[in-house]
Parts: sequence; C-alpha cells; structure tokens
Amino acid sequence: MRLSRIARVTLGTVAGVILALVYLPLMVVLVNSFSTSTNLTWPPPGFTLEWWGRAFRNAGALEAIATSTQVAVVATAISLLLGTLVSLALQRHSFFGRDAVSLLVILPIALPGIVTGIALNNAFRTILDVRLGLLTIIVAHATFCIVTVFNNVVARLRRMGTSLEEASADLGAGVWTTFRLVTFPQLRSALLAGGLLAFALSFDEIIVTTFTAGSGVTTLPIWILDNLFRPNQAPIVNVIAVVLVLVSIVPIYFAQRLAGAEQLQK
Amino acid sequence: MTPATPAIRLTGLTKTFGAVRAVDDLDLDIAAGEFFSMLGPSGSGKTTVLRLIAGFELPTSGTVSLLGQDVTTRAPFDRDVNTVFQDYALFPHMSVLDNVSYGLRVRGMGKREREERARAALDAVALGGFGDRKPSQLSGGQRQRVALARATVVQPKVLLLDEPLGALDLKLREQMQVELKELQRSLGITFIFVTHDQEEALTLSDRIAVFNNGRIEQLGTPAEIYEAPASPFVASFVGTSNIFDETESREMLKLPGTNSIRPEKVTLHPPASTPAGGTISLEGTIAEVIYLGTSTRLLLELAGGKRLTVLEQNASSRSTGDRRAARVDARFAASDIVQLAAPA
Repeated sequence: MRLSRIARVTLGTVAGVILALVYLPLMVVLVNSFSTSTNLTWPPPGFTLEWWGRAFRNAGALEAIATSTQVAVVATAISLLLGTLVSLALQRHSFFGRDAVSLLVILPIALPGIVTGIALNNAFRTILDVRLGLLTIIVAHATFCIVTVFNNVVARLRRMGTSLEEASADLGAGVWTTFRLVTFPQLRSALLAGGLLAFALSFDEIIVTTFTAGSGVTTLPIWILDNLFRPNQAPIVNVIAVVLVLVSIVPIYFAQRLAGAEQLQK
Repeated sequence: MTPATPAIRLTGLTKTFGAVRAVDDLDLDIAAGEFFSMLGPSGSGKTTVLRLIAGFELPTSGTVSLLGQDVTTRAPFDRDVNTVFQDYALFPHMSVLDNVSYGLRVRGMGKREREERARAALDAVALGGFGDRKPSQLSGGQRQRVALARATVVQPKVLLLDEPLGALDLKLREQMQVELKELQRSLGITFIFVTHDQEEALTLSDRIAVFNNGRIEQLGTPAEIYEAPASPFVASFVGTSNIFDETESREMLKLPGTNSIRPEKVTLHPPASTPAGGTISLEGTIAEVIYLGTSTRLLLELAGGKRLTVLEQNASSRSTGDRRAARVDARFAASDIVQLAAPA
C-alpha cells in the first residue's frame, strides 16, 4: 500500500513519540544507575560505577534475585507440564464441557491481579491452611503462567493438524511413542516460546506475589518496592531495575525470534 | 486363510456425524490382491470408509474384518493396514530415511536392519540417493513416493490410499498412475484407492465402487461401470452421458424408463442420408464445437430443445471449418442405449 508523504510523516512521528514515551524513562533509569547523585536529580551531576558494585554486594538484592529465579523456574516447569497436557486434551479430544474448560484455563491472565491475589491469599490461609511462602507464590504464578504455554501449544497443535499423529499410529506406534517421536518434536519450539514468556511473566510479577508471599519471602519486584523510597538505597534500586529489564527482555526477544523463524519455515 | 477369505469385509457399516449419515449400512467384500477403487464426489462417504478401515474412526454400528478377523474396535497401530495420506503426512523433523524406517523402528527393529530395508524401499521408488534429505527439500512427486515407501516397507496386508495423486500436476499424475499399478502388481497386496477422479479409477482398478450419499451406487469392473451404469448418478459422474428422462425416452427413443447414450457412441451424418437398420436418428443443429486435440466435442440442439453432446475422434485432420449452425442427423445404435431406471 502506498501512503502519501504527509501520512507517512504523521504516522512516523506519532509512532516515534509513543515509543519515546515508553522507552525514554527506561533510559533514564539506566543513566541514573551510573549517576553520582543519590536522590535521582536530573541531569546527572557525574558518572560512577559505585552503585553497580554496591548492588552486587547487597545481600538483600542478591537473595531476592535468587528467590525470583527459583519461583520463575519452578512455576515455568509446572506450566509447561500442565499447559501441554491441557492443550492436548482440549485440542485432540472432545468431551463434555470442553469449551468451558478452555475458557477457564485462559481466564487467569485476564483477571485483575489484585483479585487473584486476594482470592488465593484467602484460599491458602483459611481454606487450605497452608503457610504463605515460596510454595504459595509458585502455585499462584503457575495459574497465569500456564496460559502462555497453553496458547502457544494449542496454536501449534491446531496448525499441525492430526494427520502426522494418525500416520504415526498407522505405522504401528502406540500413543506414548507417537507423543515422544512425533508430537513432542513438533511442539518443541512452541514450548520454548511459551516457557520463556511464562518465565518473564513470573519474574517481574508483583501484585499476586504481594498477597501470596507471606512475610519471610522477598522476590525481586517486592525488594525493589520496599527499597525504592529509602534515600541511600535508591541508586541501587536503579541498578537492580536495569537488571530486571534485561532479564525480562532477553526471553521475550528469543520467544519472538522463535515465532518469527517458525513462520518463515512454513 | 482360505482363498475365499476376503482381505476386507465390511458388514452393516454405518458412521454418523451428528445428523449426517456419512456411511450408511455398507456391505462390501474386497478380495485379497485386488486393486479396488472407491470413487465418488466429496462428501459421498468414501474417505470415511477408508478411515474406518484404517481405524481412525470408530463405526456407529457394523464391523470391519481384516482377513477374516474382526478388527472393528482395534486401534490403528494394532491393524495390519497402512495408509498413504492425501497430504502425505511425512514427519517434517525427520530425514527421508527416518521417515521410511519409522514403522520398522516402532516395531523394535534394529537400526542397521531397518535402515537397510528403508534404503531398499527408497530404491524401489527411484529415490535411492535421497535418504538424508528432509521432506521439505523434496518435490510433490518425490514426497508422494516417500509416503508410498514408508507405508509399504512394513509389508501391510492392505494398503489404503487417500486421493494420493490429487496434489500432483497432470503429467506427474499419469506417470504415478503407471507406477502405482506396477507397485501393486509387484507387491501383490490389496490396494484400496480413494479418488474423485473417474478417469484415474477407470485406469487403475480391478473393481470400482461408486459412492453417493454414504452408499454404494454401483459396484463393478471399470468396463461394467462405464458401459452399463446402473443409475443416472453413475452415468453422469463416471464419464459424460446424454440422459433422456422418461418423456424424452418415450418420444425420441421409443423406449420406456430413463435411458442414456455415451457421447462417443453418437455419429453425425448429413440430414438427407438414410440411417442403417437398428439405428436411432435424431435431427439437430450444431450449437457449439469444442476442439480438444485428440477429439472434438460438439453440442447439438435437437428438435424440441434437448441438447446432445457428441464426441468425434480427430482420426484424420479433417477440415475444422466453422460447422456451427449446420443441420445434421445424430445417429447411434439402439444396442448402445443403456437403461438407467425402469419406468416409474
């Protein structure tokens, strides 16, 4: 489609302004992490690596990173397993209530985090009588991390059709052999993409986490919130924020590239 | 197994999808070693019958027997039949060799032996050097051959082919038809071939079942199906027919019931000449002339408005001058008329 010069310039400017609005503040955080000022004055009066050094010696921050990584890894693993199973059930079998289950699986990602958080908090403490901690965060995260895995796997199964699995059965392979040799290899990149998104989603989640963490456990986003308004910690928070952005961007970038490469292959 | 045991026996086979009866109370015996075609328009139930034989669908009622054994409720991997799929269904993440040896691998055959057999199967379909390639690196015709090799390497009793040549261009299709026929002869196994292409069915088959609305309209050899169609549906689906309904039959052919005449049985003559005995002669005007290379198709408008299709062989390079609007007599032997339905 050909656009007029005016249209191109206008649309380009609008897109540029919006992207700047999103990414300039992130650049400010990055720049501030090297600033000599402790109260985030702008423009930065000087350059220093002190905060980066301090951040990597800060026990609280390091512990929070470890906790978040642990939560994200386990929640992603659970999502991969359950997400794949539910995708196969919904895409390859028909049963009563299939559409309802499909909706119920996707819903948690659309529910407001604060509602999910309060509901889970209530359920864990009063009904199930579970102590809030690492385990409850992992379960809470898994409820919405499943969705990214589910969406990716369902889309792949739908595109793949049933004829490869039928061909495998036709040639004498049982159900498990067919999954191992045919279905799983076809799902591999969809699982990787879904898993990376799930990891990113869990790693920076804060609302649901706040309600399900209890007092003893601090994930990285919670640590940042706790330390943001302590004057002497603010520059370290900047450093951690930059780290968090990087850790979130990398999986998304690879998930996107995977999806792109798949499309080119088709 | 006695020689009389059919390779496949279907009894009372019925499959419904919701309110649709895709296969309607079907009884059919297919002999061992036969090249059997199921011919019909899309939605006629032929593919569903194939899927019921393969085990991908469970019948609503009725049974499927393979060499005298009831296999109705057995899973696909537990039946000695193999399928060549319409879209080939080659495993895209495996090499051609791994695709072909897959059936042997899941049966637990050692790597060396199965690869040896797979290579032999690839040689048999003239794809000897292609084992290391991925299916995506092959042409349509080559993929088709890989699918054939993959299904035959496990030596099934019956090979099911679901419109296997549908995606190929004309030249390749004709070549593959010959190869299929040769392969079937050399393997000596039963082929059940699903197609909507009547020419393909006529060329390849020992017997043909013409499907319509989940039922078999006619079962017979290609010559029987073509020369003596049993119903108006068969007459118009297999080849072209000039069908005369009851009124037209009575007035023009002086015959009861519904009748038909094939276009190539009709010859054109100058109006003045006298017809030979036992010949029916109908007066008409040439409305359209379509040159087809080996033959010419003419559309005649008969007195009374009925249209008649006539096929002339282009045996000699006769003048192809404009014959439209010329008055002619269309003649055919009364013995070539086929009655499709008795008077109502």
